[in-house]
Amino acid sequence: MSRFKNLFTALAAVVLGLLAGAVFMALSGSNPLAGFYYLFRGGLMNMERIGNTLASATTLVFTGLAVAFSFKTGLFNIGASGQMLMGGLTATAIGLSVQMPRMILLPLIVLAAAAAGALWAAIPGFLKAKFNVHEVVATIMMNWIAYWTVYYTIPAYFKGTFLETESRRIPALASFRVEWLTNIFRGSYINMGVFLALTAVIVIAIILEKTTLGFELKAVGFNRYAAEYAGIHVPKNIVLSMSISGILAGLAGATYYLGYAVNMQIGVVPSAGIDGIAVALLGANSPWGVLASSLFFGILHSGKGFMNAMTKVPPEIGDTIIAIIIYFAATGVLFTRLWERITRKWNKEA
Amino acid sequence: MEYIVEMLHITKDFPGIRANDDITVQLRKGEIHALLGENGAGKSTLMSILFGLYRPDAGVIKVRGNEVAIHNPNVANALGIGMVHQHFKLVHNFTVTENIILGMEPTVGPMLQTRDAAKRIKALSEQYGLNVDPDAKIEDISVGMQQRVEIIKMLYRNAEVLIFDEPTAVLTPQEITDLMQIIRNLIKEGKSILLITHKLKEIKAIADRCTVIRRGKVVDTVDVADVAESRMAEMMVGRTVNFTVDKRDQERGEAVLSIRNLNVLSSRKTQALKNFSLDVHRGEILGLAGVDGNGQTELVEALTGLRKVESGSILFKGRDITHDDIHSRVMAGMAHIPEDRQKRGLVLDYTMEDNFILEIYGREPYSHKGFLNRKAIRDHAEKLIRDFDVRSGQGALSMGRTLSGGNQQKAIVGREIDHDPELLLAVQPTRGLDVGSIEYIHKRLVEQRNNGKAVLLVSLELDEIMDLSDRIAVISHGELTGVKLPKETNESEIGLMMAGIAGAGGTE
Repeated sequence: MSRFKNLFTALAAVVLGLLAGAVFMALSGSNPLAGFYYLFRGGLMNMERIGNTLASATTLVFTGLAVAFSFKTGLFNIGASGQMLMGGLTATAIGLSVQMPRMILLPLIVLAAAAAGALWAAIPGFLKAKFNVHEVVATIMMNWIAYWTVYYTIPAYFKGTFLETESRRIPALASFRVEWLTNIFRGSYINMGVFLALTAVIVIAIILEKTTLGFELKAVGFNRYAAEYAGIHVPKNIVLSMSISGILAGLAGATYYLGYAVNMQIGVVPSAGIDGIAVALLGANSPWGVLASSLFFGILHSGKGFMNAMTKVPPEIGDTIIAIIIYFAATGVLFTRLWERITRKWNKEA
Repeated sequence: MEYIVEMLHITKDFPGIRANDDITVQLRKGEIHALLGENGAGKSTLMSILFGLYRPDAGVIKVRGNEVAIHNPNVANALGIGMVHQHFKLVHNFTVTENIILGMEPTVGPMLQTRDAAKRIKALSEQYGLNVDPDAKIEDISVGMQQRVEIIKMLYRNAEVLIFDEPTAVLTPQEITDLMQIIRNLIKEGKSILLITHKLKEIKAIADRCTVIRRGKVVDTVDVADVAESRMAEMMVGRTVNFTVDKRDQERGEAVLSIRNLNVLSSRKTQALKNFSLDVHRGEILGLAGVDGNGQTELVEALTGLRKVESGSILFKGRDITHDDIHSRVMAGMAHIPEDRQKRGLVLDYTMEDNFILEIYGREPYSHKGFLNRKAIRDHAEKLIRDFDVRSGQGALSMGRTLSGGNQQKAIVGREIDHDPELLLAVQPTRGLDVGSIEYIHKRLVEQRNNGKAVLLVSLELDEIMDLSDRIAVISHGELTGVKLPKETNESEIGLMMAGIAGAGGTE
């Protein structure tokens, strides 16, 4: 029942967001139908475009899961960006300095990035558990620490060949891109991260629904007093939840900087960390919902450039649509009421 | 006969349950009309309809003979219907006057003008014998006084019909007597009153007529003077009610819990327990009597591990558990029916089946190597729901928050007793419950005792302590004032001990 309700809410938010986007397109003097045609064509028209859509979605799946997982435990991890940066920095550092067979190197990079993300999130988790420091404040501060750490480290140790503001190019050995996948998708950004992301969805779904760990974490999230009463160690669960969330964000960093991109730039807070909040909201914090909403946002991300090239619609319309959808998803309670009214009428007539 | 409010053939459905089924209640002008029913019988739903919080699916409401549609509480207010809620809706750092004018603030230009309002409140207070100080802050006055503020709030808005929702649930015996007098004064001044309650004594004492509701339907409307209390209880529950607790005599066993010189701080870092020592034995119910806030909460929290102990020790089954964590105490055989069922007792957004394994999800067969076994969890829930008569819309899959208070409590009691504990800490186990549930829970507590287990009963209801306990311990200001046998003492002696005057010559 509640699953249908969530689906209805999400779809209503998407439809209303697209409608609002249509209004904006019309206002900017373009034909909305043409705009949407090119927006979706831009995301899906050939294998390369589909590959790019999937590559964008990969990062969003990780950050979306990170945010959704923390939400489930009653925590708001707004620091996915910082955890992603630290995961990316660790991955970049290993990729640029370690030489070993790829079969060992890639798993090592994945583990190290996960550990870095976990550590970056565990610190605010610990502060929350021990001193009741609000995690929103602490994770935002950790974002800036990560930002400046990258800002210092990359030029100091991994300076690029031509530019001061980016790292050297990641060697093919350490890249998540693989030839067969690149070939199928005609040279797109798609990489092994997409499989890692799918695995993460499944693992997180299992943890939340089937395990005692998920049972504990959700109990703490819904009612920490009852959890405490029942003998569940609340501080431990807060740190654990943040760490798992951080692992996911760390993996976003590894797959983004070593897969989607070819090097790491300084002075950029990755927007995927914040977009993850939107993904989690639209996906109702469920792992499968996160997967679906990442794909949708992935299409918008990779299609907006094409839309801009083919019509006069500015690419910012794509971001506007995303923003409006977030608003509608956040005010989902309106749709929930609508849904209840519809089902009640339906039940009465049946 | 002139009716001021009539609710005719009201029907209201919620998913999976018909809360009100063709209910008719007619309130005469100037009468006190009681609405009697168990928790979950549909009283609150009915009153929420009258107050405009829900819309009925069928039926008609008439006020002073005219059919009305009450869309929201403002309409109800305009019709002269006011409600004194069970949980007061007051702003704590506002004065009485500020609370009463909230929402209809009198102004001079842009400035708030409270002087006239305060005068009128003072006058109302004198007219009805309420004795309320308009300038007092809510946080500084007692619960009983806060309730009077709610009453004046209604009178200030010219309410003719006052609905009282379980008004005595939060009051001390003395405050209850005062409230009864206030209600009589209201009637004298021409008001009409609907009294929602499940306390038969109060109905008998004050109400003119009584409508009994059971499972969403009206059983009957009777003149209170003509019907005995026991008959009303029968109508409410649907069977004969046994008020006395059947308890066979038995020898108590060895001490299972020994509290030694316990010192515990309250949340405000004041001394809540002072050198507190007490033993609880197998095969006995030890009742702990005391006025609310005299260290009972801190004692229970220290025993269960929710609160840190400053000094002293707790021995459970001969082992020192003073510094053990909560989980290991549960595993060692300590069960706890918490004081606040919604804060501690249940995860309201979990299904009942998940709530039933809240402490034991880690045990076989409910999980294996970290993975939950849904079938075992479901079977466990269905067994408890059956054994403890927990009623809900969707059985094991009902969300905790959808159950009525009584059924939530039965679920918690069932869960804790099902652990087969050596020691059961029952804190206010029947607070706010109806006769049927109270009788049931009492029977279960006695059963524990009869099976040779220990029960520590902490209650603010002296009747409950006197009826159930094998021994009565009294706590005052965090100190033990004495231990008595029920047959060697009486309510007034216990009352004195609760006030801190030590009993003459302890039983132990």
